[in-house]
Amino acid sequence: MYDADQNRTERKVGQKDIKITARDVQVYYGTNHAIKDVSVEIEDKTVTAFIGPSGCGKSTFLRCLNRMNDTIDICRVEGNIAIDGEDIYDRRVDPVQLRAKVGMVFQKPNPFPKSIYDNVAYGPKIHGLAKNKSELDDIVERALRRGAIWDEVKDRLQAPGTGLSGGQQQRLCIARAVATEPEVLLMDEPCSALDPIATGQVEELIDELKQNYSVVIVTHSMQQAARVSQKTAFFHLGNLVEYDDTEKIFTNPQDSRTESYITGRIG
Amino acid sequence: MSDLKKHIVSGFDRDLEGIQAQIMKMGGLVEAAIRDGARSLETRDEELAQQVRTGDTAIDQLEELINEEAARVIALRAPTASDLRVVLSVLRMSANLERMGDLAKNMAKRTGVLVQLQPIEGSAASLRRVAREVELMLKDALDAYIQRDAELARDVIERDRDVDQMYNTVFREFLTFMLEDPRNITACMHLHFIAKNLERMGDHVTSIAEQVVFLVTGAYPDEDRPKADMTSTDTRYSPQSAEED
Repeated sequence: MYDADQNRTERKVGQKDIKITARDVQVYYGTNHAIKDVSVEIEDKTVTAFIGPSGCGKSTFLRCLNRMNDTIDICRVEGNIAIDGEDIYDRRVDPVQLRAKVGMVFQKPNPFPKSIYDNVAYGPKIHGLAKNKSELDDIVERALRRGAIWDEVKDRLQAPGTGLSGGQQQRLCIARAVATEPEVLLMDEPCSALDPIATGQVEELIDELKQNYSVVIVTHSMQQAARVSQKTAFFHLGNLVEYDDTEKIFTNPQDSRTESYITGRIG
Repeated sequence: MSDLKKHIVSGFDRDLEGIQAQIMKMGGLVEAAIRDGARSLETRDEELAQQVRTGDTAIDQLEELINEEAARVIALRAPTASDLRVVLSVLRMSANLERMGDLAKNMAKRTGVLVQLQPIEGSAASLRRVAREVELMLKDALDAYIQRDAELARDVIERDRDVDQMYNTVFREFLTFMLEDPRNITACMHLHFIAKNLERMGDHVTSIAEQVVFLVTGAYPDEDRPKADMTSTDTRYSPQSAEED
């Protein structure tokens, strides 16, 4: 890859540490018990897929991992979620700082109505990651390269981000998410609005991102989960039914509910 | 066929049921080929042997059809978990059944030659016993498939040992006949190939039974298959040794 990236990270390769630990997590929306007793360990430098039918709680659980649920008034989260052993729901944790460390990409590409450059530069600017303009330029270039979109936009960085195609917008949003040097990247159905080619490009990108990040992806496409992830968690009615190697889940799942779901039977 | 619920897309169920019905049909044809092949040998019925020889075409056509259907299901339905195991097991089973059909055809070809030779006393009855055991194993393996019965499949795998032992016995029997009178050699060589064909069929049935275990449990039986065909490694099955008896 490129030099700056190599300097940035000297993390060990091939060793799967636990990045996120969730213990007995409960989520309530008012009186609705949306997540029930979920405990899971998510590995570093691994793509973990959350699958399950609509309303099973997979997105809700994903949003617990960077406290996005804090923004919903009636939502209450119990239990313990730790990243690198640190409780992210601790009172001293600033959710804004947390979200810089735990980036998120959404279903629909949502670039800011600003230039391509500003879309990416926004996060590093507010978190004070660059001392001057030339450092910021480097950060933007690095992020756009990592988002696999640099070659397509390098000559029009001042053009509006919203003028890009859907697939390009989504890769721009991924570039924006990685610009703050997060350690975890959460993706909530990142390809559902994209065509197969753009989906392929994003999947290729996810595969590259796992060298540096712990990637957690929620997807309705079981084939996508099978293609991109190494670990798969199946959620059903707010419960984590089964969590195992993706290969195992798709060839020989242990729970009949998982089997019913992935083989396209009524669960 | 399975205790799982129906697919949401009912066409998927129809596809899977379709290829499984084809494999059962193929299995039925192979069962009949073994039975008729052995009977034609015993009753020296060249006409029946001819039917077995021409009947192999239908078995080959079914194999082709099953392979095409399985490829189509993989391409269009992207089967996973137990659905994937159905398709994979059907593909392997069709290959096993096709080979068994060929072996039965070869048996019937040799019958065509044997009816023109002096009969070897007792040989037809011995071979009939081997053929009946193989046919029964195949029937049980196919039943185990339909009923998703891994226990019955394991039982079939165990019984391959009996077939191997029967083969050892007829091997020595034919060796003795050949030593007694060299004029028996031609007939006994043909009879021996028939016995070997039946023994190979037993191995193919074992493979089918292993597919059933895989289909039901998601894993192949890990213990080594019982092997009791000693004729290639044991000197007791050499002419000198038979002469001493």
